[in-house]
Amino acid sequence: MNIIVCMKQVPDTTEVRLNPETGTLIRDGVPSIINPDDKAGLEAALRLKDQCGARVILLTMGPLQADEALREGLAMGADEAYLVSDRAFGGADTWATSSTLASAIRKIGYAESCDLIITGRQAIDGDTAQVGPQIAEHLGLPHISYAEELTLTDGGISVKRQYEECYHLINAKLPCLVTALAELNEPRYMTPGGIRNAYEKVTTILTRADLDVDDVNIGLKGSPTRVFKSFTKEAKGKGTVVNLEPAEAVTWLTGKLREKHMI
Amino acid sequence: MQNYKGIFIFVEQVDHVIHKVSFELIGKGKELAKTLDTQVTAVLLGSETGNLVEELVSFGADAVITVDDPALATYMTEPYTKAMTAVIEQYRPEIVLVGATAIGRDLAPRVSARVHTGLTADCTRLEIQEETNYLMMTRPAFGGNIMATILCPEHRPQMATVRPGVMQCAEKQTDNDAQVETFAVAGLEAAKNVEIVEIIKKISECVDIADADVLVAGGRGMGSAENFAMLEELAGVLGGTVAASRAAVDAGWQDKSRQVGQTGKTVRPNLYIACGISGAIQHMAGMEESDVIVAINKDETAPIFEIADYGLVGDVAKIVPLLVKEMKGI
Repeated sequence: MNIIVCMKQVPDTTEVRLNPETGTLIRDGVPSIINPDDKAGLEAALRLKDQCGARVILLTMGPLQADEALREGLAMGADEAYLVSDRAFGGADTWATSSTLASAIRKIGYAESCDLIITGRQAIDGDTAQVGPQIAEHLGLPHISYAEELTLTDGGISVKRQYEECYHLINAKLPCLVTALAELNEPRYMTPGGIRNAYEKVTTILTRADLDVDDVNIGLKGSPTRVFKSFTKEAKGKGTVVNLEPAEAVTWLTGKLREKHMI
Repeated sequence: MQNYKGIFIFVEQVDHVIHKVSFELIGKGKELAKTLDTQVTAVLLGSETGNLVEELVSFGADAVITVDDPALATYMTEPYTKAMTAVIEQYRPEIVLVGATAIGRDLAPRVSARVHTGLTADCTRLEIQEETNYLMMTRPAFGGNIMATILCPEHRPQMATVRPGVMQCAEKQTDNDAQVETFAVAGLEAAKNVEIVEIIKKISECVDIADADVLVAGGRGMGSAENFAMLEELAGVLGGTVAASRAAVDAGWQDKSRQVGQTGKTVRPNLYIACGISGAIQHMAGMEESDVIVAINKDETAPIFEIADYGLVGDVAKIVPLLVKEMKGI
């Protein structure tokens, strides 16, 4: 079977800082990582490969620098890698991103050979959780999101789907798209041999010219949403601090909480 | 674009219990509707859900559309997407709001891709832009370091998922009037494209402090594990849960699952009462988003007072028991 794993290279968000003057992100010197949910998705694919010899194909969209993430994935054991990269794809929201990735998946050959597509649930820079389900919609495939367990069954897959209060055990036929939670597994490390192999393998770049997409559906132009403004959270103003006898302090506090409808 | 009117709320119900976020969205929708001079319609998908309509009306829905079908008894992506898409195509709302829950964040992307419109995830603020009447959707990004305001100027409906617990429910009224309509969608059973084999309830013994509306947190200043009993009592009266700072967890007074902060959990309850917590930056990073912060600490220079809405300088062991007494008296 063939498994396409969609990944995103993201800045390690715990390191992201804002330029106080311009209000823009400082990305210089911020380490880039494979988005954690995506890495769990890759690990799930590699485990299926270990079990039944699947072919694992990596797909990402981003600047040329995202090749690093693909190399890391190859070093973990993936077989092929594609990087969708073109200025024309820049500024895409989740709608345009998913329509572009869906086109790339068609190009790679999902129609003939892809059995399973795995994406992470959400990326830590955007936290939208929208791209996976939207890729499935553009491809006309069923999807199962928030996967906490994923196993192969006779002719399909079985997924433990997480909700707030419960799980659904869901069986689906292939082809199908699954979005993975970081809780799915503990991703393996790259091996020295894997790293050597990764740099011998070729990653394929797909540009605007390689994909059968309409210009109205890609990049900033193809994005229904627009960022109107970004800003840092306004600092919370200091409240009131009182130094009273305990009984008075309690009366004061309950009065304030009642005003705020907290009690 | 002129043909799109009204604010539609996706009502999330599981086993005939409506998720609280749906009422919050009706409440927020009412505010937006006032500015736009339009109506709020609750869209209720499910099977035999007629008895839920009254509740939606009491929380202020001007109209309710129900799609009642056995195929909608349990949430499944495709039948729900098909039904919601059919409602949008038929009624052409200007705005569609969905709770940012595990169901809403599964359904909304699929629906928005199908009707070809934009979707903004996990919003914490919604406003109407003057002049254009566009919906301004504000959300945190980069782990909450940055806020972004998003518009969807040229596609309709404007869709957003909204974080639970952020918007206010409208006051419940018993004499509200609403237009109730049933809408049939064909082919929902045939739309089932996966099989739900089993539903496993989570055992809810382990508390999730991230879900609590009220947190009473204790730190080093509590002095001992025994002193947490008074926090338990206060949390009990307020319908809340006990949380702890790293110092209290490291001292073995509380379980790690209750730890708030950088290496613990990020919480944003309606009310956070910090007792004997000085306010290390790592702790504050995990709770500064709380709506109302109360701090009780005997050191008046404690950093926690910088972010507290209400600060009491004094001895926790004296103040908390009095607070419990006062609350019980209410």
